Amino acid sequence: MSRTSAAAGKALTSSGNHFELFGLQPAFALDTEALERAYRDIQSQVHPDRFAQAGDAERRASLQWTTRVNEAYRTLKNPVQRASLILSLHGVDVAFETNTAMPAQFLMQQMELRETLEDAVKRKDLCGLQSLQKKLDEDKASLAQQIGQAIDEQKDYPRAAGLVRELQFLEKLESEIDSAYETIE
Amino acid sequence: MALLQISEPGQSAAPHEHRLAVGIDLGTTNSLVATVRSGAATVLPDAQGRPLLPSIVRYGKSKVEVGYPAQARQSEDPQNTIVSVKRFMGRGVKDVDHLQNAPYDFVDAPGMLQIRTAAGVKSPVEVSADILKVLRERAEASLGGSLSGAVITVPAYFDEAQRQATKDAGKLAGLNVLRLLNEPTAAAIAYGLDNASEGIFAVYDLGGGTFDLSILRLSKGVFEVVATSGDSMLGGDDFDQRVFCWIVEEANLAPLSARDMRLLLVKAREAKEYLTVHEQANITARLSSGEIVDVTLDSATFCRITQTLVQKTLVPVRKALRDAGLTVQEILGVVMVGGATRMPQIQRAVAEFFKRDPLNNLDPDKVVALGAAMQANVLAGNKPQGEDWLLLDVIPLSLGVETMGGLVEKIIPRNTTIPAGRAQEFTTFKDGQTAMSFHIVQGERELVSDCRSLARFELKGLPPMAAGAARVRVTYQVDADGLLSVTARENTTGAEASVTVKPSYGLADADIERMLRDSFEHAKEDVHARALTEARVDAQRLLDATQSALAADAQLLNAEERSAIERALAALKAALGGSDHRAIKHSTDALNRATEEFAARRMDHGIRRALAGKKIGSL
Repeated sequence: MSRTSAAAGKALTSSGNHFELFGLQPAFALDTEALERAYRDIQSQVHPDRFAQAGDAERRASLQWTTRVNEAYRTLKNPVQRASLILSLHGVDVAFETNTAMPAQFLMQQMELRETLEDAVKRKDLCGLQSLQKKLDEDKASLAQQIGQAIDEQKDYPRAAGLVRELQFLEKLESEIDSAYETIE
Repeated sequence: MALLQISEPGQSAAPHEHRLAVGIDLGTTNSLVATVRSGAATVLPDAQGRPLLPSIVRYGKSKVEVGYPAQARQSEDPQNTIVSVKRFMGRGVKDVDHLQNAPYDFVDAPGMLQIRTAAGVKSPVEVSADILKVLRERAEASLGGSLSGAVITVPAYFDEAQRQATKDAGKLAGLNVLRLLNEPTAAAIAYGLDNASEGIFAVYDLGGGTFDLSILRLSKGVFEVVATSGDSMLGGDDFDQRVFCWIVEEANLAPLSARDMRLLLVKAREAKEYLTVHEQANITARLSSGEIVDVTLDSATFCRITQTLVQKTLVPVRKALRDAGLTVQEILGVVMVGGATRMPQIQRAVAEFFKRDPLNNLDPDKVVALGAAMQANVLAGNKPQGEDWLLLDVIPLSLGVETMGGLVEKIIPRNTTIPAGRAQEFTTFKDGQTAMSFHIVQGERELVSDCRSLARFELKGLPPMAAGAARVRVTYQVDADGLLSVTARENTTGAEASVTVKPSYGLADADIERMLRDSFEHAKEDVHARALTEARVDAQRLLDATQSALAADAQLLNAEERSAIERALAALKAALGGSDHRAIKHSTDALNRATEEFAARRMDHGIRRALAGKKIGSL
């Protein structure tokens, strides 16, 4: 009964994909401003606060739509989920659960990063966590850039899928850093 | 040619009367009620002109006293005078710190504790309802009519049980609860609208018993909560407690009676408040033994004994910043909320942490109630669209489900914008398994035992299948109040099994009904009269909404669909003429069903309109 977080969860009302909902072209490079504008424009039409005095049917429809819009927005804002969505539109399954093959060099790096994390926790070293977070942010940015190239320019979807799996790995490490902060504090 | 009146969704086409709506800050120490009058939010004072209502209820044998009268007698009758009841909302005996210091006769009921008083056993929900009732009566007397609805504020860090308990208290007090609103968000509304602020702000809200830290992005007409964190067991009360312990130690006192304990806690609070503007406070009291306590607390000592509490507030501050992915430099301002933020050591710690002076230009006691009133005014439909705003809030704690080995799988992570919903599929573990049990939990930890249990339920009647063949879809839905409902459904075989649960804290619907009945008997109100009024209000609201929807978007219906709605509309109008609340309810439900499809089309239409001019695929 377990699955990875990125694969988890689908929008409740799912007709049309998340890009279409916001009137955007499916691309990894995101026009954040256009997305936010469309999100707010739609929210201002469907949000439950607009229907506090409406009948049950309208309130229910409002709840369902707002839920869907929030979920779509969150999916598109997250690089791993955005990329997975685009790849699935091209018939490529990122397969977080079944495909765990990773380049050896990447795995080595990951093991080192995890050791650094464990050390920092042992020594209750907040500065150590901060510099690890910084390194992780850089790695994530670089991976995201490569994913963008693979999807938007080279249209090399299998390669992109491999990179997305790596990025997901980094996200997992990030959530571990988060819990490390909480353990230390 | 006749002109059609233009109407926006959710707004009545006909100019309607101003609906009476209030915002209520149901605080640990004090509560307030506010409303918007001629465009300005204002706190409604009592007949003596006092804006605050101390959140204190005294249950005597023959009467219930709320507020100042109860406060005046708290040390005389500590067992029956309930202070800081908010700390007990949705909490069991084992959840509350320093319970031994509270002078009450607790009853450990499942889910939520109860308190035995001279007026019988009381749930914290009933105590809160008694406070809310006084505020409702105050507002109705002051506004000259019955309220159409209320927004009640809750700490952002309140969990499911605490929220549900608050909403139930509202209902029990006879309020139509339009929304539960997070306190720091309410403060941000009041602050942002007052100052026309844009950018990223933090709200540091230290109340009597709870601490919240929310980070919001304010931009034209949108209040977006980016992250929220806090501690629902940390507040001004804890500072009183530290001073109390200091007094006991300093004066070398023997174990105290409940009465003396309450007396010294009151003295401790007075000293704390005095130290806000003075260098030292003299504390004197005469104990029931005749012993005189006479000690002097200076501000340096006060800072020293409360330093760990001040530091404790910074933990959620750092967490919220990390969750938001922001640094201190990116925060444009820190809005201070809650009476406890008046303490100089808090002001200094916040200034030092954020490297800027905190914002204190709104009264920290009133700002939450004012923001709640503004939001109530919008929800009541008193503000034309375009002049109102959009509020995007989040859940403070992750919602998950128990998986194999007592582990938690998060379904909706903390800081997800609400309303939020997620579906997840699960399958059977054994061949021929016909039932599955689910355990819903809330919290951030990996182990179920470290999280708060919200509900357990079983999905029964699964058709026997091979292990792994069943597909059970579990859906979590969080509404705009931050309240969760969970549905599980198996439908691979067509033989559908489904169950919906709302987590509760031990109070069943039947308990709420009993409390309602008791309170009516007490107030000698007629239950039927109340039910009729409520049915009429609901029906009228639906009539207005349906008529304005037809005026705006009738073109979305064909003639047949339209006449079906018109028929249901006419039936409801006819029922409203009578005085049978069941008939009115029945016709209201019928009109709701008849407008189901229309509502969905209007929503689609609204989205198309929002995206007009942009490229749209097939929506």
